[in-house]
Amino acid sequence: MIISVASGKGGTGKTTVAVSLALSISNAKILDCDVEEPNAHIFIKPEIRIKKPVFIPVPEVDKSKCNFCGRCSQVCVYKAIAVLKKDILIFKELCHGCGACSYLCPQGAIKEVDREIGVVEIGRKGNNSISSFDSAQDSHTASLQFVHGKLNIGEAMAPPLIRVVKESIDKNMVNIIDAPPGTSSPVIESVKGSDFCILVTEPTPFGLNDLILAVEVLRKLNLPFGVVINRSGLGDNKTDKYCKKENISILMRIPFRKEIALAYSRGISMVEALPEYRKDFQKLFERIKDRKFS
Amino acid sequence: MKVCITSQGDKLDSAIDPRFGRCQYFIIADTESEDFEAVPNPNMDSMGGAGIQSGQFISEKEIKAVLTGNVGPNAYQTLNAAGVLVITGVSGRVRDAIQKYKNGEFKSTDGPSVGSKFGTA
Repeated sequence: MIISVASGKGGTGKTTVAVSLALSISNAKILDCDVEEPNAHIFIKPEIRIKKPVFIPVPEVDKSKCNFCGRCSQVCVYKAIAVLKKDILIFKELCHGCGACSYLCPQGAIKEVDREIGVVEIGRKGNNSISSFDSAQDSHTASLQFVHGKLNIGEAMAPPLIRVVKESIDKNMVNIIDAPPGTSSPVIESVKGSDFCILVTEPTPFGLNDLILAVEVLRKLNLPFGVVINRSGLGDNKTDKYCKKENISILMRIPFRKEIALAYSRGISMVEALPEYRKDFQKLFERIKDRKFS
Repeated sequence: MKVCITSQGDKLDSAIDPRFGRCQYFIIADTESEDFEAVPNPNMDSMGGAGIQSGQFISEKEIKAVLTGNVGPNAYQTLNAAGVLVITGVSGRVRDAIQKYKNGEFKSTDGPSVGSKFGTA
């Protein structure tokens, strides 16, 4: 099973929900796909066992074979190649690695070389937790599997790295994907293929505005989804009204509480700081699994 | 000799467009005959790489110098490789910029004047 956690607006509580959910159920694997700014590791404190660099293929031109015909530049959707009268320039940071230029070069002057864009790290939750939470739990929380991607600084190409993070999805486990904020291609790459998507929002005008955008994206992708309202009690009831009007289930409400924010600021997950919420996340999981939302 | 001025309109009285890669028009003017051609910029709404594509476009036109407000790093690199002089910090009307260029009032720049994505709306 694959459950993704997305939001539209940033800072609504995707990681809070994804981490707390993963720590509340058994047989879970968390995949942090927010490769531009991963932060689930702060709360999971994983022991990393495997680190592997991720590459995309980029063109390299043999200028002795190139006759500057311009075909590669014409076929490059990402505008990563400039062909001048007697020179050719490759802008590698714009290249998505599609391979069209080398495939279609009439002179056979272009070959592909690897360019590192980031790293994927794989591990599991360590036993270095601050609270006594682990000892009070079933042994399963200590075996939470962890994967994330870290895009190199200055790099703009998140989707290829997200795809490699998602290669670690284990069909026999509950895979929880912490998606990036927004509604653009990194989000789509992260959530696609999920069995269910949790949209985390907050009852503020910004939260609602971006929730509506995220809902439009998920409906286009035909993904089943429901809403978790974080910081419930803050703001107004317009999010509730919107969900009712659109027939969207509100799966859970997380109250606007200082203790939750305090734990977050110290890098402690919500359910480790406030274990009483663990049953709410278990209930959230059961509702998603059974698709009983009313 | 031909120069290219980035312009907000298609006339010599139009205002200079401060962006290079995403300018509205390229005005390509002959400094001797005073003939000119206004070409709508095909890269104005490009998703990315507008500066590179505009630079390549300029390189195909036998242009000696580009007069504009700002160029980014990729556009600068392309124009520089194509041997086109880049003059930044130009503002006002296109006609006046051409005159100032003819009077030798401008100096070409030896690097980009703004960072990536500067002209993105």
